[in-house]
Amino acid sequence: MNKNYIITGLVVFVLAVLSPFWFNIVTTTQAMPEAELLGKSKTEKKCVLDKYEMRANHMSLLDEWRDAVVRDADRQYKSANGHSFNMSLSTGENSCLGCHEDKAKFCDSCHTYASVDPYCWECHTNPKEIK
Amino acid sequence: MNQKYLIPLTAVFLLFLIAYTGVEGAGLQWFFGIVFPYVAIIAFLAGFVYKVLGWASSAVPFRIPTTCGQQKSLPWIKQNTIDNPNTSTGVFVRMILEIFLFRSLFRNTKAAFNRNVSNRLSYSWEIFLWLGALAFHYAFLVTLLRHFRFFTSPVPSCIKFLEYIDGIVQLGLPGIMLSGVVLLAATLFLLARRIFDAKVTYISQAADYFPLFLIIGIAATGLAMRYFTKVDIIGIKTLAMGLATFSPTIPEGVGGLFYGHLFLVSILFAYFPASKLMHMGGIFLSPTRNMANNTRAKRHINPWNYDVETHTYAQYEDHFREKMVEAGLPVDKPLDKKE
Repeated sequence: MNKNYIITGLVVFVLAVLSPFWFNIVTTTQAMPEAELLGKSKTEKKCVLDKYEMRANHMSLLDEWRDAVVRDADRQYKSANGHSFNMSLSTGENSCLGCHEDKAKFCDSCHTYASVDPYCWECHTNPKEIK
Repeated sequence: MNQKYLIPLTAVFLLFLIAYTGVEGAGLQWFFGIVFPYVAIIAFLAGFVYKVLGWASSAVPFRIPTTCGQQKSLPWIKQNTIDNPNTSTGVFVRMILEIFLFRSLFRNTKAAFNRNVSNRLSYSWEIFLWLGALAFHYAFLVTLLRHFRFFTSPVPSCIKFLEYIDGIVQLGLPGIMLSGVVLLAATLFLLARRIFDAKVTYISQAADYFPLFLIIGIAATGLAMRYFTKVDIIGIKTLAMGLATFSPTIPEGVGGLFYGHLFLVSILFAYFPASKLMHMGGIFLSPTRNMANNTRAKRHINPWNYDVETHTYAQYEDHFREKMVEAGLPVDKPLDKKE
């Protein structure tokens, strides 16, 4: 095989492997979203799980809640810290969005950053948008 | 049990434990999260370039036509233009099919004795190695590309599209990604083949098992993090972005399982150039695949042929002309009359 082809291929390969490095140089990089507690959540000081657990595990929790509510009509969640919560993403004062009022900041900023596209909002609506 | 797979298995377990305990016990996040990944990527690139340049400088003195089809012959004999190409277009098609569809593996056969009275040796088509290899390679490719979401921000739409297609079955939360599951299943199948097929066991070495166990370890830890133990993705992305922008930071709260995963990936990268996995680069340089079979149409001169000193008849006659004339032998050029 022609040596020039080999060198060309090798250069392309090395550039491809290094793409995470140069891609962030040639494009503007969005910074990590800052976690911020807004509205009611700022003063409440209690959530269903602690911070790290919540960050890592909230999707499983919501999944369990959905099954509990839809299949067993069980709407009360007793959390490890002793508080009771209404198992709901977006309905009422005691739901996730009832406390964390800003969906764009509370849900979307991290989901966008991590390229996660949850299908929650195919059924649920942001209570702020209805009013 | 067989030491050829017991040793690599133990090695992969130990490597994982080194990272896990190093992080959980000794707090060496900076080493397993920052230093070693950089070292691994440098080792990978340097080793890869070194290997390929070595191959590029080795001699390929003549064409090696492996005839999987009719070569170009008389006009009324139909040529197989892909399996036995005589043009570079044909070679290009053959290489594309080889690289993307593993055509050589597709031709895989197995030899076995008939299980009846005749007990004859017979060969049959064996497609499962090809299927397993295809599933494994594509699943690994998709998994690798999906990980670009940790190194780019905002994430390019092509990566998002790939994630969308990969997660199309929408099972569970977080939604299942097909490539990860196929990757683990395919590597386990390829491993089972090496362990349970006596003929393949016989030719399998530790160097065959080690990359398999390594990739199984990577897939298993990755799946465990995504579906079972759960990790703080934002924290991990901060680490990855830090690595990509040369300003690494160690996120809080991310546990040993992630560093075990990262360490196994780093080991895979660092080990890559020294291993059989270099077929990734080598497939492009396969002499039986990347050269046209035109040995009859075109004269190939060995590039390192030295000049052979020849003694032509004209020189011979110049040398012995006088003696030839004396002896009455015929000469092409008559004797110079002056002398």
